[in-house]
Amino acid sequence: MKNIRFLAVGILFGIVMSKSEAISWYRIQEMFRFQNIHMYGIIGVAVIAGAILFHFMKKNNAKTVDGEIADFKEKPKTYTASIIGGTIFGLGWALTGACPGPLYVLLGQGYWIILVVILSALLGTFCYGLLRERLPH
Amino acid sequence: MEILKQPWHWGFSGIMIVFVMFLLIYFGKRFGVSSSFKAICSMVGGKKTCSYFDYDWKSHSWLLMFVLGSIIGGYIAANFMASPDPVAISAGTIQDLAELGISAPTGSALVPPELFNFDILTTLPGILMFIIGGFFIGFGTRYAGGCTSGHAISGLSNLQLPSFLAVIGFFIGGLISTHFLLPLIMTL
Repeated sequence: MKNIRFLAVGILFGIVMSKSEAISWYRIQEMFRFQNIHMYGIIGVAVIAGAILFHFMKKNNAKTVDGEIADFKEKPKTYTASIIGGTIFGLGWALTGACPGPLYVLLGQGYWIILVVILSALLGTFCYGLLRERLPH
Repeated sequence: MEILKQPWHWGFSGIMIVFVMFLLIYFGKRFGVSSSFKAICSMVGGKKTCSYFDYDWKSHSWLLMFVLGSIIGGYIAANFMASPDPVAISAGTIQDLAELGISAPTGSALVPPELFNFDILTTLPGILMFIIGGFFIGFGTRYAGGCTSGHAISGLSNLQLPSFLAVIGFFIGGLISTHFLLPLIMTL
């Protein structure tokens, strides 16, 4: 059960998302209304600290627990998909107040209506899979 | 015990997210939650429907464990670490939400109780917010190839141009929903 470690990291993630209030519908509304630094602070600190971390890990050929060099894969250069898909996701993010990580965390918090949102998201993913070859990427 | 219950400062929260991202990289994986939607679609039989889901979803079994952990983490936070104080959103947001008929945060609730309940699904605003909203999340994140974790946090940290464009998209969509769609929906 090598995957147990990911269960543990997931539990930590759930607690971080909750205590940071990043799962809060109110906080997402506040962010899209530019009325507080809170969400920008979280994302800004994470991106800056993450960029510094990645820089030093790459420079030092940092290894994973299995002894392999950590892999920082490039994202596919599908620019059109980034913009259009990103915009569609953004529409849903502001309506539900949750992105995929927080959806799962909110379910654990006991908001059962999130099950409906997750099922809708799975249906959305399924439709994307079916339409993918006809969409610009 | 009190210190466990306090909400975290955004600076500390940002660092803790990077710690989670570091652990995943150290364990040989990448931070990105929306791939779990693809894995679940494939797992429940999507494999036969099109090439997108025809992959070895077991390569994502670690992510499904991570997602299960997130649910447990949410449970722990809600039951043992919840702050007794309402979410401290700005006065401006409280006022804007009041104009939409949504009351200010109360108690430990991180989301508006008047919206996050099953009764709302019998109303048009509820269906548009949660069912259509959820559909957009699943369709959009997979089309864009990532969500807030994969693009906004790890993609930007890795200086990826596709991620930067995706984040611009997140904001285009988020601003449209917040300033045009939500006020419209709430009057239905």
